[in-house]
Amino acid sequence: MTDQKPPPPASLSFQDMILTLHRFWAAQGCVILQPYDVEMGAGTFHPATTLRALGPKPWAAAYVQPSRRPSDGRYGENPNRLQHYYQYQVIIKPSPADAQDLLLASYRAIGLDPLLHDFRFVEDDWESPTLGAWGLGWEIWCDGMEVGQFTYFQQVGGIAVDLPSFEMTYGLERLAMYVQGVENVYDLRFNDAGNARSLTYGDVFLRAERDYSAHNFEVANTDMLIRHFADAEVECAALVERGLAQPAYDYCIKASHLFNLLDARGVISVAERASYIGRVRALAKACAEVWVAGELV
Amino acid sequence: MAEFFLELFSEEIPARMQAQAAANLAKIVGEALGPVQPRDVVTFYGARRIALAANISPEMPASETELRGPKLGAPSQAIDGFLRKNQAERDELVEEGGHFLLRRHVAARPAADVILADLGKALAAFPWPKSMRWGQSAAFTWVRPLRRIVCLLDGAVVPIALGTVVASDLSEGHRFLAPGTFKVVNAAQWQAELRQRRVIADATARRAMIADGLQREAQALGLSIVKDDGLLDEVTGLVEYPVPLIGRIEQRFMALPPEVRELSMKVNQRYFSMRDAAGEPAPYFAFVANIEASDGGAAIIAGNERVLRARLADAEHFWAQDRQHPLEDYLPKLKSVVFHAKLGTQFERAERISTMAGVLASLLGVTLEDAYTAQRAGLLCKADLVTGMVGEFPELQGIIGGYYAGDNAIGRAIRTHYQPKGPTDEVPRGLVPSIVALADKFDTLIKFFECGERPTGSGDPYALRRAALGVIRIIVENGLPLPLNEPGLIVDHSLLDFILDRLRVKLRTEGRRFDILDSVLAKGKDFNLVRLMRKIDAIESFLQTDDGLNLLAAYRRAANILRIESAKDGPYLQNADPEQLREDTERQLAALLHERRPALSREIESENYNAAMKNLAAYRKPIDQFFNDVTVNADDPSLRLNRLFLLNDFVKQFDQIADFSKLEG
Repeated sequence: MTDQKPPPPASLSFQDMILTLHRFWAAQGCVILQPYDVEMGAGTFHPATTLRALGPKPWAAAYVQPSRRPSDGRYGENPNRLQHYYQYQVIIKPSPADAQDLLLASYRAIGLDPLLHDFRFVEDDWESPTLGAWGLGWEIWCDGMEVGQFTYFQQVGGIAVDLPSFEMTYGLERLAMYVQGVENVYDLRFNDAGNARSLTYGDVFLRAERDYSAHNFEVANTDMLIRHFADAEVECAALVERGLAQPAYDYCIKASHLFNLLDARGVISVAERASYIGRVRALAKACAEVWVAGELV
Repeated sequence: MAEFFLELFSEEIPARMQAQAAANLAKIVGEALGPVQPRDVVTFYGARRIALAANISPEMPASETELRGPKLGAPSQAIDGFLRKNQAERDELVEEGGHFLLRRHVAARPAADVILADLGKALAAFPWPKSMRWGQSAAFTWVRPLRRIVCLLDGAVVPIALGTVVASDLSEGHRFLAPGTFKVVNAAQWQAELRQRRVIADATARRAMIADGLQREAQALGLSIVKDDGLLDEVTGLVEYPVPLIGRIEQRFMALPPEVRELSMKVNQRYFSMRDAAGEPAPYFAFVANIEASDGGAAIIAGNERVLRARLADAEHFWAQDRQHPLEDYLPKLKSVVFHAKLGTQFERAERISTMAGVLASLLGVTLEDAYTAQRAGLLCKADLVTGMVGEFPELQGIIGGYYAGDNAIGRAIRTHYQPKGPTDEVPRGLVPSIVALADKFDTLIKFFECGERPTGSGDPYALRRAALGVIRIIVENGLPLPLNEPGLIVDHSLLDFILDRLRVKLRTEGRRFDILDSVLAKGKDFNLVRLMRKIDAIESFLQTDDGLNLLAAYRRAANILRIESAKDGPYLQNADPEQLREDTERQLAALLHERRPALSREIESENYNAAMKNLAAYRKPIDQFFNDVTVNADDPSLRLNRLFLLNDFVKQFDQIADFSKLEG
């Protein structure tokens, strides 16, 4: 029981948190990649995770991935929900023996001290039906809040992995809100310019959240989206035929995002949903197979 | 005697799996080390380890074995095969008793050899519900990465290996409060050293520490903790060093229904709810941290309060949004929610439940007002499925509808209409709530049976077994005179049998004699469950008395004689002829049967089965004496026949209630 809140820590700005994580994981030997240039629902979809988790070659990467969840848009009115947010994604293959310690050290680096805060590893089995992927791991809790997801990949694209990877996903906005002690995502300090160039998360993204919410829920041309989904499916299959794994996979990600948009527009019935997910999974599986075949050569 | 100690240290094991894992560990060690007879086995479990200590024999004693081989003179292929199978030589065989025998001396083995040879193999097949590979595991799998094994025999390392992990004598304490390794010498030192290093290894002690600590913290504020054993178990599995803490709930959230607040606290956050001195919800929550923080827990409490605030603010939003419209406004939305492809929408389901509630109301003869209330509640009982609150907290279906319908009879009936959700859940009380809960379950059972979606051996996706159990419990526990096969209710005989079968399962799981149910049903199916249970109860308590057991023996004897004799010239349906009664004891029995018959019929007529069984008990002495003194198969054929009439009369009196020959034991 306390009557006073502890004094606010000298916390990192949103962008400093990203830079800190970059430096931290770079020091662990990860290549620091830039966001993938195709819309996707989560950092896991990035080929640096999905494809590289497969095959026998070691791999280590960290990157920020803008993640689009069209159904989560709230027109900028909900303090916690966004249709576009940032995930910080780390993948190391094979998983290192000290993965948990590394992870905790990364939290320490951004200002969360495990001797001051209550960190826990709470069971959370991860599964992505669209990617045909699953793994075992935990939600990372800090003082009762989920601040990340830790997964040991077991299967991707329907294929059992050769070398299990360690995958860590931080929800950056939520984590930053905790670190900065802010209750509304739009109040986050994006930078710490200390002058007229100081911007909040709202300064950067509020307008986009409003506009995209309207687009996702009201305006997006569903006939066109359905057409594009079918085109992406055909193109993906054609590229798979040619053994061009990553270009094929681009179209798989596109199909997945188109499906999410159609879902947000409410034009997919419950019965159709399962069939759409199955179609994307089939694409992911085909891409994964072609990728693995190329890695073994 | 030697001390065996084993610790399997891993990354965090899911809380729900730990207790079972400790039990499995004991079983596996017990089997693998069987030859050195483990005893005084103690197990430990927690977030990062399962462990076991036991006393074992220092060695497996030498023994002689004897295997019987082919007969003497058997073809040589048979003999060769036997030798090959046992890796033996021809000159090891001795001839004895017409067979070849293979006698062998099995040398004594030190316990360490047994452990090394057999334990690793057995542990590699550990039955985790789900297991995984990791970067260093090769083909070995465990629930989460296995990081260390401590395997000691009287303090000396037995280097068993699992995957790439080889046993040593090094263990670890608390992840944050005592990083680094320490040397293990024996189980007691391990436990003491862990305590120093802020790990309570004994789960029972840890659980008690949590319960006591929470209570202490609560009492200091004049509050109490709402008991929740399941949550306590889970929390015990989440922390190695429990530190109970209390946080505050902002007053404005106390306006939310306690169910909403407390579900969010429990399911999402693993918090305990609290009550004030008057038993009312208090604006506090209790939780258990895993560290003694350097600031006394201030940052941890502040953090948890923030998380809860965000969650409750969400709930508050739905609570305000939803209540802008009365519950009935949500009804039309049910038209677009499919209940089941073959059974239409939730709206059609609600209409059916309402109609069914009307049927039940009239069968039970309730007042017009109650009938209306039941039908109205039936129509509205699914409307909360399309509210924001139930969308966010599906577990609160029904309860939310109850709140939104208002503090009235309709709301109360909606609130409890999913009950009972299991064998120990509360049953709705009162006529209207019972009717609505029954209407929901009857609709589910009848409709799914109609469209052929019946439970199979292991699959019961629509929880029809639970619905049937609910029907039984509501009717029986509320004493409702409602035969299941009344017009307007169930016509499908397979469904009626299904429900009776669930009654059988219910009796069995309650440790009651379900053979009594079969003995009653053998005399005709009775779908009036209240009457059926009254018969069963009466017979069960009758059989717990001396008179009952003796009479059952006498009944069996009589029924046996009748069965055997009937084959010759039965059945023996006439009344015994008083003129033909020779012995005193048979006259006494006949007189008693005659005297008791009207009372017995009356009691059965009025369904007073306890009195009926008491009446039957009066036969005990006369029938015992009858069998003592009288020979049924007398030489005189007319005497024999007369005595068979008498016995048949005796048996028939019992048969009015149940077929006692179906009883076991």
